[in-house]
Amino acid sequence: MKQPIYGVMAEFESPTALVTATRAAVAKGYKKMDAYTPFPIEELSDALHLHRNKLPLMVLIGGIIGGMLGFALQYFVTVMYYPINIGGRPLLSWPAYIIITFELTILFAALTAVFGLFALCGLPMPYHPTFNVPRFEFASRNRFFLCIESTDPLFDRAKTCEFLETLEPREVSEVAH
Amino acid sequence: MADELQVIEEARPEEIIARGYTFGTVTDQIAAVVLSKHTPIFWFACFAVAIGLLLGFLLAVGALFTQGLGVWGLRGPTMWAWDITNFVWWVGIGHAGTLISAILLLLNQSWRNSINRFAEAMTIFAVACAGMFPILHLGRPWLMFWLFPYPNTMGIEPNFRSPLVWDVFAVSTYATVSALFWFVGLMPDLGTLRDRATNPLLKVLYGVGAMGWRGSARHWAVYETASLLLAGLATPLVLSVHTVVSFDFTVGIVPGWHSTFFPPYFVAGAIYSGFAMVLALAIPLRSVYNLKGLITDKHLDNAAKVMMATGLIVGYSYILEAFAAWYGGNVYEMAAFWNRMTGPYKVQYWVLITCNVVAPNALWFKKFRSSPVILFIWSLIVLVGMWLERFVIIVASLAQDNLPSSWRVFESTRWDWLTYLGTIGLFTFLFFLFVRLLPMISIFEVRTLLPSAKVKGKGAH
Repeated sequence: MKQPIYGVMAEFESPTALVTATRAAVAKGYKKMDAYTPFPIEELSDALHLHRNKLPLMVLIGGIIGGMLGFALQYFVTVMYYPINIGGRPLLSWPAYIIITFELTILFAALTAVFGLFALCGLPMPYHPTFNVPRFEFASRNRFFLCIESTDPLFDRAKTCEFLETLEPREVSEVAH
Repeated sequence: MADELQVIEEARPEEIIARGYTFGTVTDQIAAVVLSKHTPIFWFACFAVAIGLLLGFLLAVGALFTQGLGVWGLRGPTMWAWDITNFVWWVGIGHAGTLISAILLLLNQSWRNSINRFAEAMTIFAVACAGMFPILHLGRPWLMFWLFPYPNTMGIEPNFRSPLVWDVFAVSTYATVSALFWFVGLMPDLGTLRDRATNPLLKVLYGVGAMGWRGSARHWAVYETASLLLAGLATPLVLSVHTVVSFDFTVGIVPGWHSTFFPPYFVAGAIYSGFAMVLALAIPLRSVYNLKGLITDKHLDNAAKVMMATGLIVGYSYILEAFAAWYGGNVYEMAAFWNRMTGPYKVQYWVLITCNVVAPNALWFKKFRSSPVILFIWSLIVLVGMWLERFVIIVASLAQDNLPSSWRVFESTRWDWLTYLGTIGLFTFLFFLFVRLLPMISIFEVRTLLPSAKVKGKGAH
């Protein structure tokens, strides 16, 4: 069932207040929530248990694929497709392949890192309900937001608002879809 | 916002950010450079000069395309001269941007946060300028895609055993990774500009660039991982790029080129000239845009120290080069080195020694490092010195190679000059467009430098 609203959002004036509030919400048992800040905050990632993600593994795989492709490309061209006999030297002159193998490893790993970042964050995302909150534009300036989403099992429009009010926010507002 | 108007003090010598800044004032000050309707006269003046030089570049390229490579003063045995000199010079300048954005990030040097954005932009534009030269030097530049391996009707492929092909891969990878890294860094700040812009068109344009970034903690966590990974990838990459550039020379058997210590020597020289360019850009910009509270004297001091340290490595390499020529006992090497010091290029050689070995020693003294004017002049000296270094290595070795009967002194033409000055115009053009259209200081990274960014109390680290 689709909830009538996306969630409720509290605005805080300092990173410390936000982190304290997030810890309180986690302790209260809320699970579906997100915080919005103008810069990365290490303690917030701790509070929301966000320190592990799949990106390093993806980048490792991307790098390995890039390296293998780079080597395979050179092997195919110099040994099979376009072999040139230069004074009887071996066709598989692997030391000369190292550089391009390395460069393609880096290239594929970096591309995976960037596009993996977009994929894991769901970007580009032209619309998101949080932008319906008028003061949310300060999330990219100097304000810190905590949003408890309506999909949370404990979510209750009135009670969650009340709970957020106890955390001494500057303002609590509902987030429309 | 009226509730945040505070007095920003002048930064003390040891501070990397002046006291009194808040999240709001940092954001507003950096965003205002881009969003304000007012454009400083300085910007117009630089941009006008840049466009003039850029037009000169188009003229020079036109002359090159219609008349061929001979307009550049290339005559046997010197079949590449200014073009490859400029290529190495520009790529080297680019390396300081990656050093600042990647290596200093891994080393946790937080002072880099306020200079990394424009240094990275410098990298991308410098690589764009560098890329011009090998392409223009191809003779038939419109066939430049032949450099890449692709299935074609001619049934031929590039020679993967050639350093020139390694160069294609290294530089194109470097340009791609630098641009991606730069864009990832820009994304949160584009979000800020989207939220600060009042003009609806700008809001849409910055919004498209920000791709819907909303500062979510979940996104920041992945973002931090991605930044570290990209920094970890860019670090070996930047070292590899100038190593490969040096292979263009060392793999050849031309006397004066064929030595094993070129890679570290070239990398040090690259960072040396790159930091000179960082200083040459930062010193006027921070004055014109009144950013002395964010790019403080401490930044200049640190950059000058890096410049001096790498300059000393370069000086050591010159000594080692002379020593290797003598100790190796190879008559051609010895002759080439002797020609370099006393031959037709002796003026350039001794000027470069003055610029790169003697001049940086002034930076031992705090008095010199704390004067922006002196640092600006010194950075120009270093840029000239490093250009001459590449010129002397390349041209002096080629003009007097193993076969004296083919010797010929290289003479530059006005088209050499115009092409080179033209790329300076291209660089300046792109850089000043960047300054006007995108935040030249990373806003979100500067926010993390503020004392109020620290989480206080229980559980804080």
